[in-house]
Amino acid sequence: MKRLIQLLIGALFGSGLVLSGMTDPSNIRAFLSPFSGWNPQLMLVMASALAVVIPTFFLLKRKEKPLISGSFMSSHPSAIDKPLIIGASLFGLGWGLYGYCPGPAITALVYGQLDTLIFIIAMFFGMFAAKLLTALKY
Amino acid sequence: MNTAIYSISGGLLIGLSAILAYTLFGKITGISGISFQAISKIKQFSITDKWPWVFLTGLVLGGFLTHQLLHIPTPELPSSPLWLVIISGSLVGIGSQIGSGCTSGHGICGIGRLSKRSITATLIFMLTGVIASETINFLGIL
Repeated sequence: MKRLIQLLIGALFGSGLVLSGMTDPSNIRAFLSPFSGWNPQLMLVMASALAVVIPTFFLLKRKEKPLISGSFMSSHPSAIDKPLIIGASLFGLGWGLYGYCPGPAITALVYGQLDTLIFIIAMFFGMFAAKLLTALKY
Repeated sequence: MNTAIYSISGGLLIGLSAILAYTLFGKITGISGISFQAISKIKQFSITDKWPWVFLTGLVLGGFLTHQLLHIPTPELPSSPLWLVIISGSLVGIGSQIGSGCTSGHGICGIGRLSKRSITATLIFMLTGVIASETINFLGIL
């Protein structure tokens, strides 16, 4: 039952990505092109998602435990440090080059395109490379 | 397809998924983190928590069903050169790992709890996203 609910949670997310047009890289590229025929539609996606998430997360502050299982993170990192700034900058560059971030790319696997698979493999290589680099540094 | 109703309902579903994951299981729907967990777990052969794999299966399944049930046409993917796909994917991977999050983790969950760190990250990746996208437009690569 627990697994079924988790599957449904994933499905809601995937459905939302398809409905909002985020699995189409040209929509993302158009959103990230304010000087070349801007398509602001993705602002609506983010705004409507946040409209439900912000109040819920606020109310949840009073709760101690999740309703089914697991636990809430006791503390979240809050420092605006160098890794955050460098990481977010590189992430944005990659996002704007092709038009995919991780969620839409994985959902787009249903289109059976080789490019999507190559993007995802490159993404995992990038993640492991960055993980190795940061592990070496500290 | 590009109507506001679709954007709003899509956003609401994404938000609903995020609050259900957190309220029921205490899980953050940051897809870069979830996919990294899914892959690193294969390596360690540890399958104690199947959440990453179950969630990702749902993600693909939900996308598939939405196309089927609502008869949404499959988007035509850009015919980008291979090097661009590889560089783009690598940067997304490196950046989300170093910056501890992506569009969903920082942009939805992080901003969702009004984290200054996530608001900063989101503003930065939108800015560099615009730089990358407009550069591609300028050079006429796509």
